[in-house]
Amino acid sequence: MSKLLVKNKEIIVPGQVVAEGMDYLPSFGTYRLKDKILANRLGVVMIDGKVIKAIPLAGRYKPRRNDTIIGRVIDILMSGWRVETNSPYSAVLPLQDASFDYIKKGTDLTKYFGLDDYVVAKITNVTSQNLVDISTKGPGLRKLSGGRILYVNTHKVPRIIGKQGSMVSMIKDTTGCKITVGQNGIVWIQGEPAMEIIAVEVIKKIEDESHIPGLTDNIKAFLEKKTGKKVVISKPVENSEGNSYSESAERPAPKPFVRPAHKPFVKPAPKPFTKPASKPVQKTQVKGDKK
Amino acid sequence: MNEEFKEHITKSLTQNMRLDGRKNDEFRKITIETGVSKTAEGSARVICGDTEVMAGVKLALGTPYPDTPNDGVLSTNTELLPMSNPNYESGPPKIESIEIARVIDRGIREGKAMDTKKLCVEAGEKVWMVSLDVIPINMDGNLLDLGALACMAALKNAKFPEVKDGKADYKHLSKKGLPLLETPIEVTVVKIGENFIVDPTEDEESVLDSRLTVAVLESGNLCALQKGGDKPLTAEEVDKMVELAIKKSKELRKLL
Amino acid sequence: MSKYKKRFDGRKFDETRPIEAEAGVIKKADGSARFKIGNTVAYAAVYGPRELFPRNQHDPKKGKLRCNYSMMAFSGTGERIRPGPNRRAKEISMVTEKALLPVVDLSDYPNAVVDVFIELPETDAGSRCAGICAASIALADAGIIMKDMVASVSMGNIDGQLVLDLDYAEEAFEDGDVADIPIAMIPSTGELTLLQMDGFISPKDLKKAIELVKKPMEKIAEIQRKAVQNRYKVK
Repeated sequence: MSKLLVKNKEIIVPGQVVAEGMDYLPSFGTYRLKDKILANRLGVVMIDGKVIKAIPLAGRYKPRRNDTIIGRVIDILMSGWRVETNSPYSAVLPLQDASFDYIKKGTDLTKYFGLDDYVVAKITNVTSQNLVDISTKGPGLRKLSGGRILYVNTHKVPRIIGKQGSMVSMIKDTTGCKITVGQNGIVWIQGEPAMEIIAVEVIKKIEDESHIPGLTDNIKAFLEKKTGKKVVISKPVENSEGNSYSESAERPAPKPFVRPAHKPFVKPAPKPFTKPASKPVQKTQVKGDKK
Repeated sequence: MNEEFKEHITKSLTQNMRLDGRKNDEFRKITIETGVSKTAEGSARVICGDTEVMAGVKLALGTPYPDTPNDGVLSTNTELLPMSNPNYESGPPKIESIEIARVIDRGIREGKAMDTKKLCVEAGEKVWMVSLDVIPINMDGNLLDLGALACMAALKNAKFPEVKDGKADYKHLSKKGLPLLETPIEVTVVKIGENFIVDPTEDEESVLDSRLTVAVLESGNLCALQKGGDKPLTAEEVDKMVELAIKKSKELRKLL
Repeated sequence: MSKYKKRFDGRKFDETRPIEAEAGVIKKADGSARFKIGNTVAYAAVYGPRELFPRNQHDPKKGKLRCNYSMMAFSGTGERIRPGPNRRAKEISMVTEKALLPVVDLSDYPNAVVDVFIELPETDAGSRCAGICAASIALADAGIIMKDMVASVSMGNIDGQLVLDLDYAEEAFEDGDVADIPIAMIPSTGELTLLQMDGFISPKDLKKAIELVKKPMEKIAEIQRKAVQNRYKVK
C-alpha cells in the first residue's frame, strides 16, 4: 500500500520522506530511495496524480538562454564587456551585440557601458561549461540610469512579475515608479523617494509571502493602505489559489519580460546567432579573466 | 561604485529621506543583549537593522608593560568574518578591520572607560589583561558605532574569574565587575553630497564622501576622533557633524 | 561495572543536551543557521554557488564545496583563542567538508564554489558536530540540492559506559578511560560521514556506540528540517 506523507503545497526539506510505496513517481526536487520518495531540495511540494515534485523556494540563479536579466559591468575587454549576472557565472557582452550602432575598433567602450553600470540584457547563449553570452540589442534592453538595485530571491521573480506582468504593473501604476525585474533576481526601481520605499516594501512582502494563498489580494490591500490610493487592476490577475506555483516550475515557457514604464520604440533585434545544440562547438573566443 | 546610484541616494537625502525610509539623522532600531556567550567573561550582542555584531571580553593574568608596571592591559580586535558579508574574504586582517578595532580602542582608552590601575594585581609582576573582540555576524553597515556600543555593553557585563593559587579559575566567576569609570559612545556622521547622515547602511557607506567618528563622554566632551573618506571637510562641517554626533550619543547612551 | 553511574548534569545516558535550531539568521548569506546544543553554539553561513577564484581550482565536472570552521576568540573556557586558522581549525574544516560532501549535489554548477562558514561564539565540547548540524541546515536553507541532512553528535565511552553527547566536564572524567567519538550520519541510509575518536574503547563498544547513535541522529535531523520549515511558517 502506498502512502502519501505530505499534503499538497506543504513545504518539504531535504531528506524528508514524502511518500512510501512504489505507486508514486519522483520528479524534480524528489528522488526514490528503496520504497520511499524523499525530498532533495527545499521547496513546495506539488502532487500531480502519481508524480511528486518540488517547486524550489531558495537557491541562486543559473543563466538560461533567452532569460532577460539585469547585470553589472565588471570589466571592459578588448571586444566587449564582462558582466556580473548574480550567478556563479559572469557573462560576456560582445561588441556586435551591444548596440545597433556600428562600434568601430578602438572606440572608447565606456561611452556605451562603463564599469559598474547596470544593464538590462538578454542571454543569447550558455555553453555546457556555463560560458554566457548576452545581448543588449532588442526591445527594452538597455543601460539603466539612476534608480536603485534590489536583490530578490530568483525563485520569487515569477510571483513579483505576476501573470502577464499583472503584479508588477499594479506596483508600477500605484507608486508611479519605473520597475524592471530581471530573471536573475535583480530588480531596478526608480521613482519618487517615498514611492520607491513603498515599492521596495511591497516587493519584499511578495518575496516573503508568495507561498501564502491570496497573494494578489493581500498585496493590493497593502498597496492601498500604504499609498492611500485605490488600486485598479487593469490586466488579468493571476489566480491566487489554483496553479499559483505553476509558472515558476522548472523550465517554463519564455517568461514575461517587464517593460519599463516609458519605453522608447526600438526596432526588434535580429535573431541572435546560436550554435546548434546537438554539436557543441568549442569556444575559441578568449574570455577575459576577472583577476 | 556607481556614480548614478550615488546621485540617486543624494537626491533622496536632500528630501531628508533615506533609501530605507529613515530620516537623515535617524538610527535603525537597536536592541542590546548581554551575556550572550557563557565562555566569555563578558559579552554582548547589538542588533541594528540588519547589522548584528557581537563583542566578547576575555580576562587573563599577565605581565604588565615595563613602562606601565601598575596598569592593566587593554587590547581590542576586530575580525570581519567572511560569514557576515559576501564581500569579506578569509585571510589576515585588512585595513578596514584594523581601523575599526583601533578607533573603538581609542574611544575606550582615551575616554578612560576603565581604571587600569585597578587591574593591577602585583605591581610590575601581574596585572589583568583585558581582551575585547568585536565580531560581526551580519554586516550591513555602521560596524564602528555598533561595535563600540557592543564593547561597552560587554565590558559592563564582564565579571572577573576567581583567582586560585595566583591563577585565574575560569570555571568560577566572581561577582566583581570591571573597574569602569566612563562610558564613551561613538557616533559616526557620514557626509554624502551636502547631506549628513548617521548609522549608514552598507549601500550608503559605499557612496560616502567623508565621515567623522566622534567618541563622546557623558559630560559632552570628546575623547577620540577619526575622519575617513576621500573628500575633505570644512571647519563648519566638522562643527555640524560633532554637534549631530553629540545629540545622537545621548540616545545611544540610554540603551546601555 | 562503570564508575560513571550518573551523569554530572542529570541527563540519561542516551540523552542529548537541549537543542535549539533556527534557519535564516544571517541575512547577507544565501543560507544560514544557528544550532545550539547545551552550551555549544554554532553559526553557519552559506554563500553560493558563486564564482571561484583562483581559476586553477575549477572543477569542470561539478561545483566545489569549501568549508571553514573557526572558533571565536572568546568561545573557549579559559584564555582567549587567537583568531585565524590553526592546525586544529584546518583539520576540522577538512573533516566537516568530507562530512557534508556525500549528500550535496553540485553537478549543476561546474567551476563554481559553495562556501560554508562555521563560527562558534560559545563552546562546551561537541563543537565540530554542532558545526556540521548548523552547516546542513544552512545548505538546505540556501536551496542546495542534497539528498538528506547530515546529523551529527558525539558518542562517549566513560569507563565502559556509553553516553551520548559529551560535554567538557564528562570529557575530563578522571576516574577511568574516556573515549570521545564525534559521528556524523546520513539518517536516511545510516551511512557515516564523519568518524573520529580519541581515548580508549573496545571494538565491541565501538560497534554498540554506532548502533546506539542512529536513533538520536534521526531526532536531530528532524530538528534540522523543522528549523528550515519554520522560516516559511505563516506569521
